[in-house]
Amino acid sequence: MNDVDLVFKALADPVRRRLLDRLYQANGQTLGELCKGIDMARQSVTQHLELLEEANLISVEWQGREKLHYVNPVPLHDIYERWIRKYEQQRLSALYHFKTKLERK
Amino acid sequence: MTVNKEKFVYVTYIATTPADVWKALIQGDLTRQYWKHTNESDWKPGSKWKHVADDGKGTVRVVGSVLEVIPNKRLVLSWGDAADAEDVSRHSRVTIDIEPVGDMVRVTVAHEQLPAGSDMEKKIRNGWPRVLSSLKSFLETGRALDTWA
Repeated sequence: MNDVDLVFKALADPVRRRLLDRLYQANGQTLGELCKGIDMARQSVTQHLELLEEANLISVEWQGREKLHYVNPVPLHDIYERWIRKYEQQRLSALYHFKTKLERK
Repeated sequence: MTVNKEKFVYVTYIATTPADVWKALIQGDLTRQYWKHTNESDWKPGSKWKHVADDGKGTVRVVGSVLEVIPNKRLVLSWGDAADAEDVSRHSRVTIDIEPVGDMVRVTVAHEQLPAGSDMEKKIRNGWPRVLSSLKSFLETGRALDTWA
């Protein structure tokens, strides 16, 4: 599986998207902190975090024996460039041509 | 009064060499292509460095000190708004680690001690993901992202 597949797969789950949002709100949380408020076994949360880490959507740092999780939006930015901005540009340029055509009349 | 300090850790994997990442960080002719800024210093520990806009006017955006230099491996900088040049209590700290992983290079940017809610924090949240995406594109394809216009 290539990088982009891993990112889309990781994002295709509501729990994982929620974990990213929670890290966006408060970065650098431990597993214990992330488990609070998620009605799910600790082991399942760990598995979700592993998938996010594989997709490089979270980065981790060790602080003593505690693993801290940080949201890493860099792959999202790569996808934005590849899959969103490109299409936006076409739409914007279509609008621009539409406008200049109308104004010429 | 203590201000909450934020930390961010950004990671990208690039198909390149550590030496090329290093050059891209400190050589202005490369940096301006993907970052629209240059990083200027003699890159010796204790020296000053500055982050300068490639706007024809040489606007200084960020200033700080070079704290640690291991060529092709690690660069640690203090990082302050040009307006806070003298007030080091408002400076944050950036550690850039460059390490080979398989046939890729992992670039990790840890930015810490950022005052929560500050303008600099907002710029950093938006800034590093774009810079790292653009650096990856630049080193892998020769083309940077034109997200800076």
